[in-house]
Amino acid sequence: MDMLRRFLDGDVFYSFKRSPLTMVAAALTLASVVAALFAGWLAPHNPFDLKTLNLLDAFTPPAWVERGNPAYFLGTDDQGRDVLSTIMYGSRVSLMVGLCAVALAMVIGITLGLLSGYVGGRLDAFIMRVADVQLSFPAILIALLIDGVARVALPKDSHDALAIYVLIFSIAASGWVQYARTVRGSTLVERNKEYVQAARVIGRHPAAIMFSHVLPNVLGPVLVIATLHIGSAIITEATLSFLGVGVPPTQPSLGTLIRIGNDFLFSGEWWITVFPGAWLVIMVLSMNVLGDWLRDALNPKLR
Amino acid sequence: MFAFVLTRIAQGVVVMLVVGFIAFSLFNFVGDPVALMLPPEATQADRQAMREALGLDRPFTVQFANFVTNAVQGNFGISLRLGRPVSALLVERLPATLELAFVAASLALLVGIPLGVYTGLKRNAWSSRLLLTASLIGVSLPTFLIGIFLILIFAVWLGWLPSFGRGDTVALGAWTTGFLSPTGLKALILPSITLGLFQLTLIMRLVRSEMLEVLRTDYIKFARARGLTNRAVHFGHALRNTLVPVITITGLQLGSIIAFAIVTETVFQWPGMGLLFIQAIQFADIPVMAAYLCLIGLIFVLINLVVDLLYYFVDPRLRIERAGAEGH
Repeated sequence: MDMLRRFLDGDVFYSFKRSPLTMVAAALTLASVVAALFAGWLAPHNPFDLKTLNLLDAFTPPAWVERGNPAYFLGTDDQGRDVLSTIMYGSRVSLMVGLCAVALAMVIGITLGLLSGYVGGRLDAFIMRVADVQLSFPAILIALLIDGVARVALPKDSHDALAIYVLIFSIAASGWVQYARTVRGSTLVERNKEYVQAARVIGRHPAAIMFSHVLPNVLGPVLVIATLHIGSAIITEATLSFLGVGVPPTQPSLGTLIRIGNDFLFSGEWWITVFPGAWLVIMVLSMNVLGDWLRDALNPKLR
Repeated sequence: MFAFVLTRIAQGVVVMLVVGFIAFSLFNFVGDPVALMLPPEATQADRQAMREALGLDRPFTVQFANFVTNAVQGNFGISLRLGRPVSALLVERLPATLELAFVAASLALLVGIPLGVYTGLKRNAWSSRLLLTASLIGVSLPTFLIGIFLILIFAVWLGWLPSFGRGDTVALGAWTTGFLSPTGLKALILPSITLGLFQLTLIMRLVRSEMLEVLRTDYIKFARARGLTNRAVHFGHALRNTLVPVITITGLQLGSIIAFAIVTETVFQWPGMGLLFIQAIQFADIPVMAAYLCLIGLIFVLINLVVDLLYYFVDPRLRIERAGAEGH
């Protein structure tokens, strides 16, 4: 209770109250996360329960358009699945892949950054060289290449089961560099401070010094990068799924839904692709606005 | 200077060798090439003969050296999906991608720089704020969605522009161009806007922030004190000094234009290299994947090399710093 009181009186919450745009973004982020997490309870239909699907309902337009059916508020797709429900289930996959990819990228980046900054020498030169080279290629290309190579390399029958993990890994592998660079920079500063020297003198293991002493002190900027990274990870996932190399069609994400809907754009069934697309943009945009605000609010130079 | 260029080139060669090694591993460790090329009823002797004909019985290093020699000569074998030499396929698709990338990059520069100057000079006008907000949304929109929305509006609803393909192309020797026919030009509009929009917003924001920075400096104040016209100050002094980072970023962005061309080409069914690559991934067409990998690696290494050198020549401060660092 005391902590809540302190938070509500603090600077961060004050700057939050002052910015209506941030509040809207926070509300939208919260709404999309809740809709995704509780899709099983909140969605009006279960789009993956084949028993309840009726092909006669296929291509129903949104409720407010002529021929629309109030039971399917945003219309239905080619298999008679409710678009609103597929969006909610789909955003769950998108969100899960995005969050896992950012978490994995953080783990890889922080570990390599700590090693690079604390150990130094040849290891540092090698890791940073690899980071430089990788940074000169766009993230989407790296993710696409890893994903493509893994697809060819893995046995055919385990494709669908492994696709999500491959996807998470490829997005994470394309995004670790930022974390590694930031952590390395702050580690170089922290390495020479007294508490690290003291820990070294009493004979703690280097790994223990890195992870339990240095890490907590370099984590701040990393968390800010991570909040801004989630949006771009979700977009990368959607792009890969749209290109048909992302999640398997049995577990569609927002990108897969847009890909499916894209086939019906010309026959006039615009809602199958427009609503998942709009949902994706709103989700990512509000997360980015929130991340931007957090970065500014936590930056003491801007106060 | 010479040493700098040499290390840069050496680095590029190392990157190319790594890329080549990945492509080579694709060929040899992913699936058995002999099994792919022979019919299932082939005998053991056939397999052995094939193995020797392909040089697969030789040591690993010799095989890799052979692969590199072939790759340098542009020989990547035959596409499994289309049954034609990969190099011919790539040469055929290259003009489509390059023309698209060229138009998109020109669009980004020709619209992005003036908008950046405008928003930098009139920073408080409502039109500038509108442009900045719009650019923020532009950055958050994924490329494929921009393409889909443009198709929906201009091709499906309004019916003004074509939504897929290159239109009629004119062959100039081996190069097919869409610039010389009306349908080819029309077909370029939507894909190039889709591909260029992100770079456009990026360049606009970059020029704006550089302009704001430069306009605060002393030499701008002196230029004004000398009684130069606004026009001379803004374009002769301010804009010229913002162009160094713009050149670098644009150069580096050329690479990401080519990468995002994969997405744009898929949305618009544009017959370029990116579409070829995506289809190769979906069909596990290894020779095409390997060749594309090497080609894109080469393009990126070259772009980075040229940008590094340009930067070095354009900004004298960098030269002094490096000379100082090497003196230690």
